[in-house]
Amino acid sequence: MSVSAPAAAQSRGGDSVATLGRALRRDSWTVALLLLLGGLLILTKVISPRYGASDLGFLAIGALPVALAAVGQAIAVISGGIDLSIGAVMALISVTAASLMRGSSEEFAVVVVIGVLLMGVVVGAVNGVLIVASRVPDIIVTLAMSFVWAGAALLVMGTPGGAAADWLKNLISGSIGSEWIPKALVVLAVVVGVVWLPLRRSRLGLSIYAVGSDRLAAFRSGVEVSRTKVAAYALTGLFAGAGGLALTMSTGIGTPIPGPYLLLSVAAIVLGGVSLAGGRGGIVGPIVAVFILALVRTDLTFLGVDPNYTTVIQGAIMVIVVMVGAFLTLRRKQA
Amino acid sequence: MTSATGAAGRGPSPWVSPAAWRAGLRDRPLIPLILLLVGLVVALQVVQPGIINQGWLSSTIRFAVPLAILAAAQTLTMLTGGIDLSVAIVASATAYVLATVAPQQGPVVGVVAALAVAASAGLVNGIGVGVFRVHPLIMTLGMSLVVLGLLTVYQRIVVASGNNVPDEVAWLGGGTSLGFFPNSLLLFVPLAALVLLGLRRSGFGRLLYAVGDNEVAARLSGVRIWQVLVVLYVISGMLAGVAGIVYAGLTNTASAGLVDRFLLPSVAAAVIGGTSIFGGRGGYSGSIVGALILTVLTTLLTVLQMPEPVRQILFGAIILAVAAAYTRITEQT
Repeated sequence: MSVSAPAAAQSRGGDSVATLGRALRRDSWTVALLLLLGGLLILTKVISPRYGASDLGFLAIGALPVALAAVGQAIAVISGGIDLSIGAVMALISVTAASLMRGSSEEFAVVVVIGVLLMGVVVGAVNGVLIVASRVPDIIVTLAMSFVWAGAALLVMGTPGGAAADWLKNLISGSIGSEWIPKALVVLAVVVGVVWLPLRRSRLGLSIYAVGSDRLAAFRSGVEVSRTKVAAYALTGLFAGAGGLALTMSTGIGTPIPGPYLLLSVAAIVLGGVSLAGGRGGIVGPIVAVFILALVRTDLTFLGVDPNYTTVIQGAIMVIVVMVGAFLTLRRKQA
Repeated sequence: MTSATGAAGRGPSPWVSPAAWRAGLRDRPLIPLILLLVGLVVALQVVQPGIINQGWLSSTIRFAVPLAILAAAQTLTMLTGGIDLSVAIVASATAYVLATVAPQQGPVVGVVAALAVAASAGLVNGIGVGVFRVHPLIMTLGMSLVVLGLLTVYQRIVVASGNNVPDEVAWLGGGTSLGFFPNSLLLFVPLAALVLLGLRRSGFGRLLYAVGDNEVAARLSGVRIWQVLVVLYVISGMLAGVAGIVYAGLTNTASAGLVDRFLLPSVAAAVIGGTSIFGGRGGYSGSIVGALILTVLTTLLTVLQMPEPVRQILFGAIILAVAAAYTRITEQT
């Protein structure tokens, strides 16, 4: 099985072709996903020749909250857990941001953005502390906390409402540079690049992978398991918060009822090559997977398929991809 | 270690030492659960004196039965280290098929057709988990998307013919005999006995524990794991179907989102009932008490006239607290 752990990423120089080959093998799943995404884009253009830059922009705006949620989910799962409260946390952050920005100045929105992102970190850290302190499995704690955060979201705002600052809305709509580069995509790249890339190679990043792949071995090699878990969930909370903020930015309001983001984030990480057993996978795969799932939905709509079948097909894709992945892993082990 | 020596030092009265208490509770995990249930009922009586009567008992049982049946599906799959997140949508689909088929074909055909739907959903889950080794969380999550989509399409097809829950089903799910005895107990008591006895006495029950405890060891001792898992998920789907039928009878409605709100409580009931999500440990009796606890808790929060958000927060916090307390009591080291 190819592992995109940071340790393996440090190539030892030498033949650049061999390095490239190794990189391709290591990230073969991500490369395959990118090819699939390319194929889907071409297919979309074939099905609907008028598919253009603005459609791509809408695709990116729609995918932005899901992609951020998927990154958050991926970090939780890589650390050996899972966050079933991610949809509720997104709703909580979304309504908090929307209610704070209602009737306030554009400048104040900067404070709001920093505030709600910090709130995401705190909410995630609370999840992590409860998991570590209660010794109850992650899945149960985050399941129970999903009620708590969803209730908190309803307390903040009972019905959809609030507002978003104009500069925030403009930040993700439209394109930058070429008309083919949607701003939402740039925002996604910047957020992920600023937070995850430096982290992945850091001590904390290594610890997250180590704890996820073997808790006991990590503990015996001197990794602070509890602290790493809390940090991983705090990061998940940060990305869930960013996802919630993106929801408010793209719709202009906050909605207290959790959307389908838990399901979508889990589907994306599974498709993106993150192992549910923990310790394996990266961030790029899940993001590409989010766009693939969104494009499949677009294509099915263009093809005039009953939108209800779209759900069937998405579920089937999720299951079949995992089956194929498991099958390939088995064959590689036998070979 | 220290507590063990402390227990020995106390000599003849082991019941006073905390270690002995813990050991006693560990051997009989049902006792603290029942105490919690009694505590909740007392709290309910204190909050609203006079609420505890025949009618209250009857309606509590009627609402707890479908949850307890769903928790049975969850308990069985969790014993093997799995989970079945498709129970809610399978239950809703079963109820909907029943309500659309029964008016034309009669209730018997309706029930058979509905349970066939539930069993085939379970079969697909079982093949995915058992044969293709897909993680149960993913398989059942994916399956719930598939069933939801198919159900929505089916809804569109039969929208003209309308749907109606047969009287017999309404009698079973929501009716009472002699003024208070919930008819659903007629179904639930034999069903629960079957699950309890099946887990304790049958070979299949032992296989479930064996697979959940140590899959490799089970395989090496000759268990055909895929067969166990396929049968298990079919049973889980059927149990979900039965729960859906009972709930449809209770509410006298059938819709795609009918049983949605029971998904998380079904997992919670099994967990606070002491079944480990990692498999191999637990049983159904705890889940039944867990379902009763959750039902009484919901009533208590409603009676306290808490606003919906606060109710949700308390519900989540209490589930977490019970699970944490349980983990401490039953921890094996």
